[in-house]
Amino acid sequence: MSLIRKTAAELGALVASREVTAVEVAQAHLDRIAEVDGQVNAFLHVDAESALAQARAIDERIAAGETLGPLAGVPIAHKDVFTTTGMPTTAGSKILEGWLPPYDATVTRRLREAGLVILGKTNLDEFAMGSSTENSAYGATHNPWDLSRIPGGSSGGSSAAVSAYEAPLSTGTDTGGSIRQPAAVTGIVGMKPTYGGSSRYGLIAFASSLDTPGPFARNVLDAALLHEAFSGHDPLDSTSIDAPVPPVVEAARHADVAGMRVGVVKEFGGEGYQPGVLARFNEAVELLESLGAKVVEVSCPTFSYALPAYYLIAPSECSSNLARFDAMRYGLRVGDDGTRSAEEVMALTRAAGFGPEVKRRIMLGTYALSSGYYDAYYGQAQKVRTLIMRDFEAAFQQVDVLVSPTTPTTAFPIGERADDPMAMYLADLCTIPTNLAGNAAISVPCGLADEDGLPVGLQVMAPVLADDRCYRVGAAVEKAFESRWGGPLLSRAPAL
Amino acid sequence: MADTATLMPYDEALERFEPVLGLETHVELGTASKMFCGCPTAFGAPPNTQVCPVCLALPGSLPVANEKAIESTIRIGLALNCTIAEWCRMARKNYFYPDMPKNYQISQYDEPLCTDGYLDVEVDGKTVRVEIERVHLEEDTGKSTHVGGATGRIHGADYSIVDYNRAGIPLVEIVTKPIAGTDRLAPEVARAYVTELREVMRSLGVSDVRMEQGSLRCDVNVSLMPRGSAEWGTRTETKNVNSLRSVERAVRGEIERQAAILAEGGRIVQETRHFHEDTGQTTSGRSKEEAQDYRYFPEPDLLPIAPDPAWVESLKAALPELPSARRKRLQEEWGVSDLDMAAMHNADAIDLVEATVAAGAPAADARKWWMGELARRANESATVLADLPITPAQVARVTELVASGALNDKLARQVLEGVLAGEGGPDEVVEKRGLQVVSDEGELSAIIDQVLADNADAAEKVRGGKIAAVGALVGGVMKASRGKADAGRARELILEKLGVQG
Repeated sequence: MSLIRKTAAELGALVASREVTAVEVAQAHLDRIAEVDGQVNAFLHVDAESALAQARAIDERIAAGETLGPLAGVPIAHKDVFTTTGMPTTAGSKILEGWLPPYDATVTRRLREAGLVILGKTNLDEFAMGSSTENSAYGATHNPWDLSRIPGGSSGGSSAAVSAYEAPLSTGTDTGGSIRQPAAVTGIVGMKPTYGGSSRYGLIAFASSLDTPGPFARNVLDAALLHEAFSGHDPLDSTSIDAPVPPVVEAARHADVAGMRVGVVKEFGGEGYQPGVLARFNEAVELLESLGAKVVEVSCPTFSYALPAYYLIAPSECSSNLARFDAMRYGLRVGDDGTRSAEEVMALTRAAGFGPEVKRRIMLGTYALSSGYYDAYYGQAQKVRTLIMRDFEAAFQQVDVLVSPTTPTTAFPIGERADDPMAMYLADLCTIPTNLAGNAAISVPCGLADEDGLPVGLQVMAPVLADDRCYRVGAAVEKAFESRWGGPLLSRAPAL
Repeated sequence: MADTATLMPYDEALERFEPVLGLETHVELGTASKMFCGCPTAFGAPPNTQVCPVCLALPGSLPVANEKAIESTIRIGLALNCTIAEWCRMARKNYFYPDMPKNYQISQYDEPLCTDGYLDVEVDGKTVRVEIERVHLEEDTGKSTHVGGATGRIHGADYSIVDYNRAGIPLVEIVTKPIAGTDRLAPEVARAYVTELREVMRSLGVSDVRMEQGSLRCDVNVSLMPRGSAEWGTRTETKNVNSLRSVERAVRGEIERQAAILAEGGRIVQETRHFHEDTGQTTSGRSKEEAQDYRYFPEPDLLPIAPDPAWVESLKAALPELPSARRKRLQEEWGVSDLDMAAMHNADAIDLVEATVAAGAPAADARKWWMGELARRANESATVLADLPITPAQVARVTELVASGALNDKLARQVLEGVLAGEGGPDEVVEKRGLQVVSDEGELSAIIDQVLADNADAAEKVRGGKIAAVGALVGGVMKASRGKADAGRARELILEKLGVQG
């Protein structure tokens, strides 16, 4: 089997045992990128030279007898919203075109420390705002299952890179579903850890109280290995939780749900959901039952208010977070011809540098925070947020995990929702409550929709700091489905 | 100047109107590192050398709160008799300005760390209680310099440069409640408040409170209401008030300006005004009537501050003796009058006198030299006592030399002059200048004989019982000895030689 089809765990073992060199592994993936990325457009930046140098360094350390971690020498695609020294970081925006950060994000640093080989930076919706990667200033990314469709978003470059075998692993960030939704629509695994479980330092902020870095992989164990590699307390992020990383790798190896209590969220399903998505979801629930889980229906009535609350809180925070892009210290500068004031240069730069969706959210947030409107919008949304947390708490009194479809539909065609923000926002209907409450959730493949033959994701939600439960349930579902399907779902994707 | 204001003489203004004051004071904390990052805070470093991804607001960077700054703010709150919040949050104050890297300032809005305190100040022998509304913690901005243009402000400048070394230095804002009823003492109360606040900060050791370096900055709010009215007038906020004297002048100037406008039936515009050190006048700044909307919201990058009440209690118990209590104690120890104590306080001499006493000088002598000769010298060279090139230990040595009879007051003044001129310590100056009281009886006797011979008339008067005339003879001896004679001994010898009882 070619190196690019192998799992991250397998590649790590091969490199550690010196059966294959990290350089060979990196080269195989660079070749794959050269072969297919012209069609997929997963990467904004590929640095072959740096990747091979990193791989060489790993080979040398292993040759010198060092024992490295399980992912040493494994290539990774890194979402271009994390700062990286030596590689440009754009957040998918013109306003940061060509910016070379002087510091590494904590996640980046930990990837390097784990010996992962960073191949390059992946495409995303500008500042992670979107569900399709169409909002990137650098062109849309295409879904490897059907190049005319979206790979999800905002981490669409990362989901496409992994599902197109350009990398076995990638990083993402999940603010309203930006890891789980792309994972679902490309037939791979994507995990949103507990908020504060992974560091935001060096992650270019969209919405501070929601942004969560997480892993993409083609299987649950690989996702857990990556999760473990970059998570854990970071003193540079005040909202980072000072607690051990939940035992995610152990859970991913313990694919057993016998006796677990699984809640099906009553509010997710029905109108607006694609029949093929609901059919696959119901099969997954039956599968869990057949594996010995106790399935009950759970009502979380406030989840219906999650979407509007999210579209007040996230834009409010973003309107403030994106104020720093003012042409003064870095990034794009427009109109500085000696005749204009600083204020004019700021305005011209922001007008030219931000795309329409970013501007829409800055305006929404600015309005929601305005004096006289604050209580009605931002204040009210925070109250809803508290109620959603309470619904989760009440649900987790009854069950160990909650399940739902990850997305209401499969991947939609590029361009279909580009002019309809409300339709676009609905893609995150099932994923947003978890972001507002800060708990953990994973998306694992659960089959192909009958209508379009495209992947469907199962979302498994667990309480705060019980991330391991997501992996345990995910691994059990993966194992049972793969034996039913005769291999990973992704092996049924058309060849590129 | 854009608006040369008509002024009403102060006395007339006070006859017609009553002032209401409000003071907002910003104190830069003297923490080793900035509020939200590890950058150093030392003043005067080359521009943009004390910066990092956090205080430059590079994409992706995050703040981490400086615990020492939170502790200092709580200690300030406790010293000002405030209630300390058990739970509060930082908030973002959003506005665009090039010297503010994030284009929002991390500050506090409706949940300040300390609330409802007071500070008692002494003015004209009376105690005035200034109520404190709130004490909150925030970060400083960078420093803009506007080059070209007439005003030094951004409008009309050719270009501007920004130094971000100051960006992110912890800043404590102390806001008073409106101060009414000060009447004609308003300018003095304002000054006394800032002076006292500065001393409280010093005693807590939380800031170097140097107004000239901007580590203590004061905004002065003034409004007037007609005598007999119960309704407060529209206030203005004067910024850029950079010395204690300016605080007083700014209040006085604003009272005179507002009174002239009101007396002509005019209306006070609610606005920010800028104080000018050179003229003592204020000029119009940004109008607050189209108030900016700062879109405050709780800072999501930081956790709430929830100081443990037991810890707050321990901070309270460990507060140092506060300046007013200390002054009371020293006044008793030194046995000086209220008036003398107030004079020392106003001259910033208390620390110096205390140190001189600690170095062995009697309190009365220490006070005499600092408030007399040295105050005169400071005044002449337009400096403050603390900046004179003489130490309390040196002053103590001079008092010791006087007490031992080695110097008299006149010689002591010459010693001080020598020390101030950089000629060395007191003993060195005595040595170099040959300043010794003439204690050789034979030499003194010879000088007296000569003086008596030269002043036969005066000598005769003394002999005839007009003892008062001996002063002129002693003066003659001092002159002839060029001040080195011991005047007391000279008087005794003169009387002895003239055969009269002193």
